[in-house]
Amino acid sequence: MPEIAINTSTVFSVLPFVKGDTGGGFQGPSIDEFFPGPIFFAGTPFELNRIMLIRLLVVVVLFLVLVVGTRNLKIVPTRAQVVLELVFGFVRNGIVIGTLGEKNGKRFMGVLMTIFFVTLGMNLTGTIPGLQIAGTSVIGIPLLMSVIAFVLFIYAGIKQHGLWYFKNALILPGLNPAMAIFLAVLELLSTFIVRPVTLTLRLLMNMVAGHMLLALCFLATNFFFFTVLANGNAIGLLGIGTFAFGIAFTALELFVAALQAYVFTILTAIYIQMALAEEH
Amino acid sequence: MNVVGQLAPLAFGLAAIGSGIGVGIVIGKTIESVARQPELQGRLQGLMFLGIALVEALAFIAIAVAFIPFPKP
Repeated sequence: MPEIAINTSTVFSVLPFVKGDTGGGFQGPSIDEFFPGPIFFAGTPFELNRIMLIRLLVVVVLFLVLVVGTRNLKIVPTRAQVVLELVFGFVRNGIVIGTLGEKNGKRFMGVLMTIFFVTLGMNLTGTIPGLQIAGTSVIGIPLLMSVIAFVLFIYAGIKQHGLWYFKNALILPGLNPAMAIFLAVLELLSTFIVRPVTLTLRLLMNMVAGHMLLALCFLATNFFFFTVLANGNAIGLLGIGTFAFGIAFTALELFVAALQAYVFTILTAIYIQMALAEEH
Repeated sequence: MNVVGQLAPLAFGLAAIGSGIGVGIVIGKTIESVARQPELQGRLQGLMFLGIALVEALAFIAIAVAFIPFPKP
């Protein structure tokens, strides 16, 4: 079957390269999108592919923005400082202090702020033209973040209650023993297994699905314009519709990127708050 | 007629029905409560996200099912 293959080693991953006979069917994006070939250091354990390079770029850009943006703070802020203060203030008051309270919020401010900004930066590359794939759309970064969140809320619980934390987390008071054991198993599953797994998968799958959606829209546009319409078939004008949808979904992806960063951070904060709370 | 394909997307679709309804109820009730007591918005939002995280877990487990290497019959 003739196919439109996606040459994922190129920089513009959503612009497909047409291979072979183009008169035939349409093939959408596949999961190979997320495993592009290596670019640097191929064959060594430090292989860098497109997504890794994007992640490194995000780290450098975040570092520069945060260092340069906060180096020269003024009482009457410049325009860039206002934007930065707006985001910082939102995370600080809306997420961290709003959930954890003033005293505990300040303890965990740094790490939660880091989680928010790294997640946001990595998510946003999914919509930036020329990059077009989110740094979080391969499992590494989401897994790393949720391991940090996992360790963080267990640390918070142990610091607050000592090893009693595990008893508080698992055993609900005022139940008969059989029921308590049953619920302890459920709590064990939901607290120590389902929490980190869903944190990872929520972020990962939102980014994967978003990229697939965008890639599908733009691949379809490409197919309609350059294959169907070029062959003189008026159905190719549908490409206008798919292109419009692609633009609309790009806007949606921008929203999702910010939303997922917010959700990840607030869930981490809530898990910490639950670990810190008095026994129920 | 032969239908060839994966069952995993179907499983995810079925799981998404339940989570969709659940998330809808959680968010709807939160909006209702905030309309009644706007001063509790901060706490209710936290509870809302916690509830969403729990309900959504089912859909994410369904996604993960596709990647579990079940033995082939």
